[in-house]
Amino acid sequence: MSTPADVISLPSPQPVTTRSRLRWLGSFPVIPTTILVIIALVALFADQLAPHDPEIGSLTARFKPPFWQTGGTTKYLLGTDQLGRDVLSRLIFGARVSMVVGLTAVVFAGVLGTFLGIVSGYLGGWVDQVIMRITDTWLALPALTFAIFLAAIVGPSMWNIVFILGLTYWTRYARVVRGEVLSLREREFVRLAVVAGCSKWTIMMRHILPNVVNSAVVLASLMLGVVIITEATLSFLGIGVPPPQPAWGLMLSDGKQGLMVGYWWLTVFPGCCIMLMVLSANLLGDWLRVKLDPQLRQL
Amino acid sequence: MAQFISRRVGYCLLSLLLLSLTIFFFVRVTGDPAALLVEPGASAADIAAIHERFGLDRPLWEQYGLFMWALAHGDLGQSFYYQTPVSELYLSRLPYSLLLAAAAMVFSLVIGIPSGVLASVRVGRFWDSAGKLFALLGLSLPSFWVGLVLILIFSVYLRWLPSSGAGTPAHLIMPAFALGWYFAAAHMRLTRSSMLDVLGSEYIKLARLKGLPEALVIAKHAFKNALIPVITLAGINLVIMINVAVVVETVFAWPGIGRLLYEGITFRDFPVVQGVVLLGGAMIIVVNLAIDIMYAVIDPRIRLER
Repeated sequence: MSTPADVISLPSPQPVTTRSRLRWLGSFPVIPTTILVIIALVALFADQLAPHDPEIGSLTARFKPPFWQTGGTTKYLLGTDQLGRDVLSRLIFGARVSMVVGLTAVVFAGVLGTFLGIVSGYLGGWVDQVIMRITDTWLALPALTFAIFLAAIVGPSMWNIVFILGLTYWTRYARVVRGEVLSLREREFVRLAVVAGCSKWTIMMRHILPNVVNSAVVLASLMLGVVIITEATLSFLGIGVPPPQPAWGLMLSDGKQGLMVGYWWLTVFPGCCIMLMVLSANLLGDWLRVKLDPQLRQL
Repeated sequence: MAQFISRRVGYCLLSLLLLSLTIFFFVRVTGDPAALLVEPGASAADIAAIHERFGLDRPLWEQYGLFMWALAHGDLGQSFYYQTPVSELYLSRLPYSLLLAAAAMVFSLVIGIPSGVLASVRVGRFWDSAGKLFALLGLSLPSFWVGLVLILIFSVYLRWLPSSGAGTPAHLIMPAFALGWYFAAAHMRLTRSSMLDVLGSEYIKLARLKGLPEALVIAKHAFKNALIPVITLAGINLVIMINVAVVVETVFAWPGIGRLLYEGITFRDFPVVQGVVLLGGAMIIVVNLAIDIMYAVIDPRIRLER
């Protein structure tokens, strides 16, 4: 990820003044953050914002186009789907699913991976061997295939998806965190803690953990987009969030039936939502990476 | 060298063993596999019969032994839906997957490498920013959505290309684009950073000091060396493409391995799902081994590393 070229292009360190503080903030990705905040607010207040019930439609109003096309009404701003459900309301509630699944899965994977990475790196020996062999093997499996395999055996439900995504993606954290712990454990403050008689558990949790949190956060921000796409993919394949719950991936799957007859709004709108969210998460993640990654900061 | 290879092969075998253990473990722990093998709503007697037939009433280690014994003989079980061995099904679909992956790879390299070179030569300027935007879009758009939008534009509105199936070159264009899109972005990123790496090296400075024209420096001296990591990544990605094409193949009804996996899921044809995942993982582990060994042959420093 961190290429020497990126390092070269960064400005040389300067004394911290108000101006350079401002510059630090200067590249802050305002638009992506705003989009993410809006999506989060929409997810939070979905009940108040949605004009219709997302799961109950009226069969007399099936396949209504968005309001600006002939046949569309302002009652259903973005049209309706094959069961006459309001697309806008489903998009609003879909934001909730994406947010909840995305954030919890990233945190679950992060906690699991960071913990195993610390244990593996600090204890070494056979513990390290076992954890790293499992990490290598799981990393070798394409994440999507592994997630599909797990989803196929545990069955569709929102919390199962969180569990599956956590199990699929923890390996990346474990690998990165272990690498950092290997160098941290040789540092003076850790040796002093050993001399002072701290238990291994205390050293790992009090002295090493705070030093690897940065990397874990950077990785988490970069993983958010990946996790959201995987959730949408699983839902699209019918092994993710079960119907009638509104999830963007599931909406795309439903929209496939109407695609050939030109019901474009069922495909375009949910996809745009996924794209906006993932794009914003990736931009924010890239910025965080540059700001928090010690290698890129030349520390 | 022999020691290096034997250690790598050892690791590879260990990985394969862990892979089989993982698959075995999850199938047994997440529930009764018999429930995956019968129709929903089967009677208790049916389930007991399945238990006996597949040896599920025996101790776990014995079951694992049987599972591995069958695997070692190339037996991945019988598909419930097609009533044929999974390995046969897999092999019958593999050519389609290879064709699609090869086409997607060509597309991703044709787009990714030139744009990466262009971005590296024009660092920080317009083409670099445009390249960054493209890479970001490539990594942010779900491939199945790209596929759906392509169908909407080229099949529904313009009626230029068939929306599903396989057979003619026209059938290949959209799936290859949808699948290659993501990888084009990845290849562009790597080409750019690899080019920048090489352009900053001493021998490029020397070539410039000699007074070679810039175009020659970039095309002959920098590009060739910068290509090595890109080709390596492309090699791994080709195998990954075969295994992650499931959504693209589903969208375009392309009869490859991904589609087989999807059918396995929808028909609750569990041996198929298990077989596809196992073979996919094994394929990637073996390719990684081959690349490790190849690198060791080329670069002696790697052999000496611990």
